[in-house]
Amino acid sequence: MNLPTKEAAGALIGPEGAEALAAGRAGDAHFGLAIRAGQVGIGALLLLVWHVVSGRWIDPFFISSPDAVAIKLWTWTADGTLWNAFTYTFKAMMLGFVIGSLAGFATGFVLGRSDLLARLFDPYITALYCMPKIALAPLLILWFGIGIESKVAMSALIVFFLVFLNTFSGVRDVNPLYLHVTGIMGASSLQQLRLVIFPSAAAWVLTGLKVSVPYALIGAVVGELISSNRGIGFLIGQASGLFDTAGVFAGLAVLAATGIILNAGLKKLETRLLRWRGQR
Amino acid sequence: MIRIKAAGKTFRTGGRITVALSPVDLEIGNGEFVSLIGPSGCGKSTLLNMIAGIVPVSAGAIEHDARPIAGPNTQAGYMTQQDSLLPWRTASENIALPLVIRGVPKSAIVARVSQMLALVGLHNFGGHYPAELSGGMRKRVALAQCLAYNPGTLLLDEPFGALDAQLKLLMQAELMRIWESDRKTIVFVTHDLTEAITLSDRVVVFSSRPGRIKEIRRIDLPRPRDPLKIQFDAGFRELHQSLWDALAPEIELARNEALA
Ligand SMILES: Nc1ncnc2c1ncn2[C@@H]1O[C@H](COP(=O)(O)OP(=O)(O)OP(=O)(O)O)[C@@H](O)[C@H]1O
Ligand SMILES: [Mg+2]
Repeated sequence: MNLPTKEAAGALIGPEGAEALAAGRAGDAHFGLAIRAGQVGIGALLLLVWHVVSGRWIDPFFISSPDAVAIKLWTWTADGTLWNAFTYTFKAMMLGFVIGSLAGFATGFVLGRSDLLARLFDPYITALYCMPKIALAPLLILWFGIGIESKVAMSALIVFFLVFLNTFSGVRDVNPLYLHVTGIMGASSLQQLRLVIFPSAAAWVLTGLKVSVPYALIGAVVGELISSNRGIGFLIGQASGLFDTAGVFAGLAVLAATGIILNAGLKKLETRLLRWRGQR
Repeated sequence: MIRIKAAGKTFRTGGRITVALSPVDLEIGNGEFVSLIGPSGCGKSTLLNMIAGIVPVSAGAIEHDARPIAGPNTQAGYMTQQDSLLPWRTASENIALPLVIRGVPKSAIVARVSQMLALVGLHNFGGHYPAELSGGMRKRVALAQCLAYNPGTLLLDEPFGALDAQLKLLMQAELMRIWESDRKTIVFVTHDLTEAITLSDRVVVFSSRPGRIKEIRRIDLPRPRDPLKIQFDAGFRELHQSLWDALAPEIELARNEALA
């Protein structure tokens, strides 16, 4: 998004307004920086508390310590364990995410457009929705084996529902007035699909995609925890089997970092695509 | 020619029955400018919706150029009372929408859109999204959208309701100029009696809900009319007084019903 220059803004709102706007924008930037500093500060404080508590009041056997976790991460990085595990998990997660969201989008779209199908399938969708998908993990391993396929399946299954429900609601949520006015302008159903229904549902679909990213990760890791010999989930499971608390925390830290980075990316994409919503 | 034959509308929603419009008869000739005026809730928008083919009649029938209306009426341009601009398209993209739908070549669209933006005085706002425009600006974009593809009939539901007095006069003059040069058929809903008389060939006064036609008055003031000066014309004042006498009791009735 390109911000209007102070001069261009001045043409519309007068010089004082432009000054205030420029000042406001600088203020916003400062505020954003302060927030970021605060976020880092909270993290540092937590690490400090952890560091102080560990060994002094609580046995590091239970909660490890920041330095032990850092050392663990360093050894894993140095000997390639981390990279191997990460690419494996990331691959399972991305495959599951793509498969689940494509299937969820297609199904949500078809059912959203057809009252008959929506009503026919309604009880089954509710039933499946109420089911904790994680409980299916052992079954998926039985069906797909202990390789990457079962992790992809787990992750795809969870993502499918989130994207399906959002797409379904998005397609149903289209303002009928928009369909009416484009109909009067002479739009065919195909044109209405492209000009009204897709863009209108986009906000919902994007929300579905955004919330499903962490679930895709969880799906893949759960599969690995239950049975696998690779991936971050395997590392966590293995470490916890050996009572290696530092290893468990190191694995969790990697997952957390992945989640934060992916989420930030999707947020950026969302703001770009939904710019039309204006400032709130 | 729009022929409304005993067309009425009753809404049934969740066991509640609302008679929005009693059966009305009205013929609107080609190139005629007709205003509909009446108290809030008397069914004016409902009647436009039925002419536009987006709400089915529950009694009677409506014909446009001898064809009965069933489904969206593509011979008309409709500026609805509620905002109907697509929020994910900029002002320019919204004005272009009917042209895009009709497959007009891109260069022609660009030219037409900037012409329309200038017409409604929004040339600096083409890149703004509806959420970034004021209510009155959105109305003007919607009007520009309606005019952009030059439909033979215009259905306008309170197009100038959200504008300040001065801009309103300007837009009225602009609309009259367009109408006088293109001789479109215009059905115009308004709450402003002065506006109705200024613009129209005929003014139709509706009763309070359930709406029926109380009076139809031909406006024989000479054209072209100047929206600013015409209000001081003796003939205008006479028409205004007698139409107000028909309208005022209906507004009073509608208000009492709302309070009860
Ligand atoms: N979709 C609907 N379902 C149920 N009732 C409706 C519906 N649309 C309109 N009505 C009712 O029909 C009546 C007429 O509504 P309409 O919008 O036509 O009034 P109007 O004359 O345009 O009023 P205003 O001047 O306030 O715009 C109202 O009582 C309204 O509540
Ligand atoms: Mg209305």
